[in-house]
Amino acid sequence: MTLWRTAWRSFRVAAWLGWQVESNWTDPFLFFIYSVLNPIASVLILVVMVWIISQSDTADPLFVYIYVGNAFYIYVGSVITGVSWAVIDDREHYGTLKYIYRAPIPFIMYLLGRGVARLITGTLAVIITLGFGIVALRLPLRFEQMDIPLLLVSLALGLTGLAFIGLFLGGATMLMVRHAWHVGEAVAGALYLFTGAVFPLSVLPPLLRPIGFALPMTYWLELIRRALLGRGAAAFPTLAGYSNGQLVGLLAGLTLLYGVGALLFFRWAENRARERGLLDQETHY
Amino acid sequence: MSAGVTLFLRTMMGRAYPRIVGSVRQTSGFFWETVLPILSVTAFVFVYRALNAPEAYIGFVIIGGAMTAFWANMLWSMAAQLYWDKEAGNLALYILAPGPLMAILLGMAVGGMLWTLTRAVVIFIAGVLLFGVQFSSANLGLLALTFLLTMAALYGLGMLFASLFLMFGREAWHLTNLFQEPVYLLSGFYFPVKALGPWLAAAASLIPLTLGLDAMRQLLFPAHPLYGFLSVPVELGVLTLLAAVFILGARLALDRMEMRARQEGRLTESRS
Repeated sequence: MTLWRTAWRSFRVAAWLGWQVESNWTDPFLFFIYSVLNPIASVLILVVMVWIISQSDTADPLFVYIYVGNAFYIYVGSVITGVSWAVIDDREHYGTLKYIYRAPIPFIMYLLGRGVARLITGTLAVIITLGFGIVALRLPLRFEQMDIPLLLVSLALGLTGLAFIGLFLGGATMLMVRHAWHVGEAVAGALYLFTGAVFPLSVLPPLLRPIGFALPMTYWLELIRRALLGRGAAAFPTLAGYSNGQLVGLLAGLTLLYGVGALLFFRWAENRARERGLLDQETHY
Repeated sequence: MSAGVTLFLRTMMGRAYPRIVGSVRQTSGFFWETVLPILSVTAFVFVYRALNAPEAYIGFVIIGGAMTAFWANMLWSMAAQLYWDKEAGNLALYILAPGPLMAILLGMAVGGMLWTLTRAVVIFIAGVLLFGVQFSSANLGLLALTFLLTMAALYGLGMLFASLFLMFGREAWHLTNLFQEPVYLLSGFYFPVKALGPWLAAAASLIPLTLGLDAMRQLLFPAHPLYGFLSVPVELGVLTLLAAVFILGARLALDRMEMRARQEGRLTESRS
């Protein structure tokens, strides 16, 4: 019980600290603008690309399907970057990683807590992006067609899976110098290719498709789309043969698998970083 | 060679050296700096493939993807680096040293070029080998000129940004973050900037990569002239002007901001 209480307290305080680090440099309004502009711009890049090629109506069911997938993909960058960036930020910027590591708290819970701030700003960006889609692009997203329980279950599982990927990257970041500051964003950008966020996996060469099927985000994005757009909405054919229950099962299984893998890898990376004296490494080049 | 030029070059090389050595020391950076960006660019290629876009768009994405490396280098390895150096206490040492600040900034850019060029070249080669993109080699001289002018304007802009970071604290860091995706959108990294309409494209032309990319695409894909925003000679003229204004502006701004930062005691400030 004491262990859980310590873990929860570490997580909560780290989340608060992460939020202060992310947000207290300016007033809330400016912070809000800064937080949402980047993800919205990334979504708009895709909107422009689709628009100039197909010149299609934004109410086109397939466009809506792509837009929703792309909007929720914002979470991928936010969550995995949030966790992995904390390592670089604390080690090289504030020089506090060595002190935190020595403190009597579960280090993993601390890193996961630090990622919460980006999760919050990511959530704001997703809401704004969806709102922009509904208001400016007139996307037919209606509350009555949504499956809220499915949305909540999918979100919980998906975000947990993303946090585990962030933990994996956090471990990798401990072994890297500062020029790997953008590792979270780079991985998020690379995974964009495999998750079917904006095009069906069948477009990929057969050799690359299994990577997509091995990623929890692939099933997560499909579930989110089904939860928001309802049954019968246009969809990529990739996962059309799976029921919601099967997709939730696959997502839960993969999340568990990634969780175990991330914890094992993180422990290995942590020991390696200690052996090589990297926990207080500062690289100013 | 005059003493001033020698000092400038030595300062530049001195700042570039640790970055080059640091890049080579950890070779895993190759994976993060080249393989992952290729996958990211590939995703945009497949978006166009899924939309059955004309093949020219695949080439547009490859060129845009390759040029993101230079934007990132300018933004993070030069402009924002001054903020990072201030927080780490190096900025005061730069000011104490006899070398000019512009040389130090240029040294940062040159030092970061190892990964930047590698990333850009690898994306370019991947475009040719993986997607069969065919570039025209009819205007290589003009292409080289466009590239050099774009780089001059781009790094001039970077030095101008850096001058702001002498004064700002964490807000500058977040400002840098803000100059990523919105710039990729406005500059047309993944589509011809003409698609944004004349007014928005004209406004975006203040970012050197907008016109640089547009001109390079016109030169590399001359069979698709309709995608161009302005004619290549006009774009080269504007790029020359931008390069002159940004470099001169950076020189003035760095001097002015350095003086203000000295007066207000901000050179050693750390608002962590």
